[in-house]
Amino acid sequence: MEHDKDFFRYLKDKALHTRKETLNIHGISQETRIASSLSCVEIFTVLYYGKILNFKSSEPGWENRDRFIISKGHGAISLYPVLADTGYFDALELANVGKEGSFLGGIPDYIIPGFETTNGSLGHGLGVACGISLALKRKKRKEKVFVLMGDGELYEGSVWEAVMFAGRHGLDNLTLILDNNKICMLDYCKNILDLEPLDKKFGVFGWNTLTVDGHDLTGLYEALSGLKENETGRPGVLIANTVKGKGVKSLENDPLCHIKNLNEAQIKEAIEGLK
Amino acid sequence: MKTERKTMRDVFIDRIFHMMEEDESIFFISADFGSPMLDKLRDKFKDRFINVGIAEQNLINVSTGLALEGFTVYAYAIAPFLTMRAFEQIRINLSLHAQFKDVNVNFIGVGAGLSYDVSGPTHHCLEDISIIRTLPNIILFSPSDWVLAQGFIDYSINVKKPKYIRFDGKPINNIYGSFENVKLEDGFKEIKKGNEICLISTGYMTHTTIKAADTLAKDGINAGVLDVFLLKPINENLFVETLKDYKYLITLEEAFMNKGGLDGLVSSLIDEYDLKVKLKRMGFKDSYVFDIGGREYLHKINNLDDISVAKYIKDTLIK
Repeated sequence: MEHDKDFFRYLKDKALHTRKETLNIHGISQETRIASSLSCVEIFTVLYYGKILNFKSSEPGWENRDRFIISKGHGAISLYPVLADTGYFDALELANVGKEGSFLGGIPDYIIPGFETTNGSLGHGLGVACGISLALKRKKRKEKVFVLMGDGELYEGSVWEAVMFAGRHGLDNLTLILDNNKICMLDYCKNILDLEPLDKKFGVFGWNTLTVDGHDLTGLYEALSGLKENETGRPGVLIANTVKGKGVKSLENDPLCHIKNLNEAQIKEAIEGLK
Repeated sequence: MKTERKTMRDVFIDRIFHMMEEDESIFFISADFGSPMLDKLRDKFKDRFINVGIAEQNLINVSTGLALEGFTVYAYAIAPFLTMRAFEQIRINLSLHAQFKDVNVNFIGVGAGLSYDVSGPTHHCLEDISIIRTLPNIILFSPSDWVLAQGFIDYSINVKKPKYIRFDGKPINNIYGSFENVKLEDGFKEIKKGNEICLISTGYMTHTTIKAADTLAKDGINAGVLDVFLLKPINENLFVETLKDYKYLITLEEAFMNKGGLDGLVSSLIDEYDLKVKLKRMGFKDSYVFDIGGREYLHKINNLDDISVAKYIKDTLIK
């Protein structure tokens, strides 16, 4: 679908809003993983505000919704402001993340409207998504299944069991979005066990692969729009090259940024520095 | 006791086959594990039988996805690999989801206890009851004969919770005769009422406790036999009411002792309901079985055969 400049300006504004709110949440709950949550902001923006996902926030379990599995649960705090802004819950709840009585924890679970599955332990989302994709195919349903996974999660062996499964069963209603921020908890992935070449690895398992700049809203929108229409008989993976800690200079390109927290002054400075 | 021997898996899969003919919402997923009866099923239901390969983790994950979309799923694998390789998948995707959602995954582990005797300690399954019992929201079914296994099908479809179905690997005798003699929701059945002593067992070991009680009867000792087939949930009040007047309870299990298995269940109920009974545990000590031999031999050298059980009772409890 063709979109004008206003559409992408709108997405840019929403990405900026999401990034700011994510930093604010980190100020409220220091247990949240800020760097990992900042790398996937544009991905969430395009999926929800770009209407790649078909959803109804007033009815989270709506039968016709596309299913979105957030496998990298720890790094999905940036979805909270998106879900609040799109009407899944009151935006005032964002001030309660991690507080007693709130339903918004440091790592999201399916008790939160808009989350499909249990998150927090890595390597589960893709396999569950395979089951959902297969179920939708058997029921001849048109809904699509999207999964967000971090690149570090690819170290889990269970992921590759699911990668093989999706390829073998031709799950072209399934799109894996890989938030390829290239950093684990303690180091760059390339220094731990190099994961590249990712496109070739998925390719030989029978997947369609596409690589984009994961912060380029236009590129993301075009790629995800195309993948949503995938009828090739092969599942699709979008390798979104991202920067962990995107938008906060003190986090970007720091191999230990996963476990770094920002204090009040740093958050203020980071928000002021956002464009 | 009836003498017709059948495997639990074959009678159960036969029932699933017939249910799948009527109900299109049933999937059967295998981690490359079979049975003669499964050949028929996978041939007939090509679109609802899936072999995920030797991949127990993905077995549970794919089954979860199907169940979240409303399907009834049977996930089938070798018991120790299913419960221990895929334990975290069971915890995250079945146990946690089932707290607030319907997730009807029936995960069937074949090879309880020492079913795979000669295959050695990797294939022995002495931990599964203990570890699955630790998980909330999981039903734990451990039948002692194929009549129970066969009769479980309606419950497995109608109760939309994850269930660990623990099957013996060997053909086994029929204890119950007919499922009409069973009240599944009770979780247990007092097969024989005794005086003072009651043997409590699950799965294959109920065949041993029945034989041990027969041996004791020849010596004039009337020991009761109680078969626990649903370890979770169990009708606690009825269980306690049934056992409160015994003097000794003896748990016999093809599992490690003192690790939260059947003995742990009985012991916690004794404490909770303040029963004035003494509990004796019989099972495997805290080490694996590397000895080579058939199941009866392995039981014998570990004092878990019916003769050893009867002797233990005569020597230590009868004064």
